[in-house]
Amino acid sequence: MIKTDFAHQVMWNRLISVVEEQALTLIRTAFSTSVREAGDLSAGVFDVQGRMIAQAVTGTPGHVNTMAAAIAHFIDDIGPHRIYDGDVYVTNDPWKGTGHLHDITVVTPVFNDDRLIGYFACTCHVVDIGGRGYGPDAHEVYEEGLFIPIMKFVDRGELNTDLVNIVHHNVRESNQVVGDIHGLAACNETGRRRLLDMLVEFEIDDLEDLAAFVFARTRAATLERLALLPPGTYTNTMEVDGYNDEITLAVTLTVGRDGVHADFTGTSPTSPFGVNVPLGYAQAYFTYALLCALAPEVPNNFASLEPFTVSAPPGVILNAVHPDPVSVRHVIGHFVTDLTLGAVADVLRDRIPAEGSGALWNFQVSARAAAGHTVADRPPVEVLMFNSGGTGARPTLDGLSATAFPSGVRTMSVEATEQVGPIVIWRKELREGSGGEGEFRGGLGQVIELGPTAGYQFEFSAMFDRVDHPARGRHGGGNGVSGKVYLDDGTPFDAKGKQLVAEGRRLVLELPGGGGFGDPADRAPEARANDVDQGYLG
Amino acid sequence: MSARLGVDVGGTFTDVVLELDGTLTSVKVLTTQNAPEQGILEGIDAVLAETGVAMAALETIIHGTTLATNALIQRRGAKTAFVTTMGFRDVIETRTESRFEQYDLDLVLPPPLIERRHRHTVTERLSATGEVLVPLDEDDAGRVIDTLEAEGYEAVAVGFLHSYVDGRHERRFGELVAERLPDVVVSLSADVSPQMREFERFNTVCANAFVQPVMASYLRRFATEVSDRGATCPVFLMHSGGGLMSLDDAARFPVRLVESGPAGGAIFAADIAERYGLDRVLSYDMGGTTAKICLVEGHTPHTAKTFEVARTHRFTKGSGMPISIPVIEMIEIGAGGGSIASVDVLGQIRVGPESAGSEPGPASYQLGGTQPTVTDANLVLGRLSADTFGAESIDLSRDAAGTAIVDGVGVSLSVDASDGAIGIVEVVDENMANAARVHAVENGKDLLGFTVVAFGGGAPLHAGRLCDKLGVDQLLVPPGAGVGSAIGFLRAPFAYEAVRSHYERIDAFDHEAVNHLLSELAAEADGFVRGGTNDERSVERWVHMRYAGQGWEIPVRLGDGAFDALSAQQLAVRFEKSYEEYFGRAIEGLAIEAVSWAVRVATPRPSVERVTVVDACSDVVSDRTRFVHDSASGATVEAAVVERHVLEAGHRVKGPAVIVETQTTTWIGSRHEAIAQADGCLLVRLGEPAR
Repeated sequence: MIKTDFAHQVMWNRLISVVEEQALTLIRTAFSTSVREAGDLSAGVFDVQGRMIAQAVTGTPGHVNTMAAAIAHFIDDIGPHRIYDGDVYVTNDPWKGTGHLHDITVVTPVFNDDRLIGYFACTCHVVDIGGRGYGPDAHEVYEEGLFIPIMKFVDRGELNTDLVNIVHHNVRESNQVVGDIHGLAACNETGRRRLLDMLVEFEIDDLEDLAAFVFARTRAATLERLALLPPGTYTNTMEVDGYNDEITLAVTLTVGRDGVHADFTGTSPTSPFGVNVPLGYAQAYFTYALLCALAPEVPNNFASLEPFTVSAPPGVILNAVHPDPVSVRHVIGHFVTDLTLGAVADVLRDRIPAEGSGALWNFQVSARAAAGHTVADRPPVEVLMFNSGGTGARPTLDGLSATAFPSGVRTMSVEATEQVGPIVIWRKELREGSGGEGEFRGGLGQVIELGPTAGYQFEFSAMFDRVDHPARGRHGGGNGVSGKVYLDDGTPFDAKGKQLVAEGRRLVLELPGGGGFGDPADRAPEARANDVDQGYLG
Repeated sequence: MSARLGVDVGGTFTDVVLELDGTLTSVKVLTTQNAPEQGILEGIDAVLAETGVAMAALETIIHGTTLATNALIQRRGAKTAFVTTMGFRDVIETRTESRFEQYDLDLVLPPPLIERRHRHTVTERLSATGEVLVPLDEDDAGRVIDTLEAEGYEAVAVGFLHSYVDGRHERRFGELVAERLPDVVVSLSADVSPQMREFERFNTVCANAFVQPVMASYLRRFATEVSDRGATCPVFLMHSGGGLMSLDDAARFPVRLVESGPAGGAIFAADIAERYGLDRVLSYDMGGTTAKICLVEGHTPHTAKTFEVARTHRFTKGSGMPISIPVIEMIEIGAGGGSIASVDVLGQIRVGPESAGSEPGPASYQLGGTQPTVTDANLVLGRLSADTFGAESIDLSRDAAGTAIVDGVGVSLSVDASDGAIGIVEVVDENMANAARVHAVENGKDLLGFTVVAFGGGAPLHAGRLCDKLGVDQLLVPPGAGVGSAIGFLRAPFAYEAVRSHYERIDAFDHEAVNHLLSELAAEADGFVRGGTNDERSVERWVHMRYAGQGWEIPVRLGDGAFDALSAQQLAVRFEKSYEEYFGRAIEGLAIEAVSWAVRVATPRPSVERVTVVDACSDVVSDRTRFVHDSASGATVEAAVVERHVLEAGHRVKGPAVIVETQTTTWIGSRHEAIAQADGCLLVRLGEPAR
């Protein structure tokens, strides 16, 4: 028996390796900055019932269970009797996929000797999906771009040229977008071939026994880890800035022997802007929080995700319903992780960090010719940048300075950014004194100063949170310092929405710091002295 | 008489190889950590004594060392300051602003090589095109130099924004430092690594400055010691790009020495590939702590423009220090003979990356190690025997190995030592196969049709199974597997690759600027090569390109001539062809851009003697056998035990068999056979892929 277990373990590792390969190929070929720099993609393999057996670990937790749940929708909507060898399916339905129209999910069924044995799926963020363009300004999902319901992209080897045509005529940069969809399909095809090779190598006909092994092992390990959390009910609320209106996020966790349920009742209603979050996306960040806290080494699959369930009244901002706008659902969605961790901070005192800056300070600059210049000598350019504030202090460690959490985003090189756009970043360095005090200090935010090059001005699209509501400290630790946005000549600048940065002006962004952990009086003298030596306190 | 010496200083062992009229003699001695030249001299004395060659008769000494790498890993270097553009003090501390482990709440990022208090800024700024936005403020620079003097720094690294486009501010600042502080060593990022991306370039210049005083003094000491003992030949250094450089250049740019040992291994494999006329080879080097895998195509190892050293967390990408210099590209995973096996929360066996190293070593060494390792598993399975092992005369204890496996994995999985060992070996083989496959995919390659070249103490034991798992049907185990890197040094050409970032859109191609850049790069690279030799040299030119909007570039080989107005279109065609090779299909209608340019000047590799593969002419039978577990069939089989030194060209050893020698053991599985070749290689052919 034990030898079968070893073989199963080896096959399981192989499947994880196959989906990691898929993800790598996507990162290398994708056109979207957020795929490349933020790992905004996912790849997974599923059994014949649509239960996920293995998933690549990528940069964003947002796909953790959104993609896992997607396959069941594909099977239902295509119809089990219409699934053929040589098919490829596609969608960008925010509610059946991964939360907004910019993520395209492609699914490929795998047949072995005419018998359906499973599926490969992968998802990536594309550069454009038409509509108003990426941003929170739409009031309905209809304005946010092309909506592709679940359908066949390839039918028994035959490409759906009608769909390709529709995409070509409805999105900007259509060559890149169509290129990415083909890339997704090619990625699944690689996975399919590797899987068939594996079946031959291990002399098995399907994935049924392997899936049962994976799920049994995973379920046991996940439940064992969950037992660290005493059964009961835990609650937390958190205020964040939101878009125009302050938002309350509320969660009630019910911990049982066989799982944790999160209910988001008490959360503020949806916004008229595209910061609303489909429930599956909120579930991803809730699940991610508890996996980090309890079972970081358990790989994602059907059985590790199954114990984590969610509910929310329709119409709250964490349960957006069609046709609510959802384009930038990550801005609020990312706070669900700190919201969840906060609920169990007292029972898991040695594991849960203080609150961090949470939402990324990403921005898009639309550089346009300034007065006195023409489009010919100053052509329009779009520049996107990802930037992070500080994370919350941990029970035994300071927070991480200028580091993304829960997102896995990387920042871009200043030099590379200035090569592609008419922008000068005059300053990008740690924001001294911005970490919350504590036995362990919150991570520092950072200061960024930027302006247009000669002959240009910016339309600057801001979507910054934690300006009015700082990251809270924990167990006696101080709050992180909240964010600030202003122009260098003193002109006020709003943390939300499109505004102008004129030629010659500089915009200053002070990103928030993370909260502190524990009583500042207990901070070790060496740590205190080091903070002074290094100039971390300002 | 021709006598050349290769010296590889590793973390545990120093390998010295003498090539005397084509015959190799090698010695392994322990590395003397505090004064590595002492261990080297001991090794040189031993090998010269064995062969009766005089020091004065040596024609060349070629040296590769992990000393620079170790200085970075252990953070033992000069008191170093970093001076940068105002507003950018923290680039090497904030890194990529991301976490390399997505699920670890207690993640610790690697601390910056130069602490914040030793980082200083001056008023100056260039734009992305090299235009001066803010002139270098010499008063401000003077104030910074006051601080440098007051703090007593030994080395200063200078990294200003966009200095890869124009290094004038860095150079001027360097002059100002030199005028005031002539004893302080200054490294400029425009010289060390003129590549775009400030985090990587700043780290690289900091690393260079940090290790420079210690490396320069070591190299000079070494040169003096060998010359005091009568050597009259020059000493050359192996660099990370797989070529040789002069001692003086190495002393100025010691960061180029990082990972020179593994580079030697890849050159060793490339040399075997060339001898056998193999276009596609997977170089597989497995030692005590890690396995390293490198793709070798057209007898040339793949190279990259940047890599990571000193990874702090389980060899995880992103947990180390980026270094942007041309390097032979390889993946390294925590899979070696000393890798420790354990059982995780899922009830699965995990192997590595923690290693028992040489101290305390595997449990079977009985030197204090109690955790089960890969070596222990090989011993229990009969693939290693207690009395033949490695360079040292250590007697291995099978009982101690068995006990460690039962305690470490057996108890929690309810299996005996033998089944535990089977699991450990299968997992480590799978880990290596997965890493190799992912590496191939990253390079747009399929491993079908490749030949594995296995060396390093552990590789010949695992290579057969690795080939099964990769679907590779041919394996070569060269002689001298234990000292492959040092042999590789002897096969390396004088070579230098100069790389610089320079952005060009194909639809607005400035061919004159590109011609100018390429000639500068060629002159720079040629200067380095001429530091070592005046022999005939060849020039290879590359450009790294992508579709506008992408973040990864792929290398595109350039022709020889100068560019003219018509060149852009040809370049686009070359790019699309390469893109298709990497990713299966080109994409129509997109703009193409070039990001960085490289010129490699090299002497031709010493011409090799082509080996004609001989077929089996007789089967070797052995009266010695032992019982060995065969992973491919899952059965324990009676395997012949054959001494490698008795094999002659055309001798065939049918599996199951173990072929033993002092430095390693080669395992031939049940369905494989090994045929000894004229040059001493074992050619292992595999039957059907594993079933």
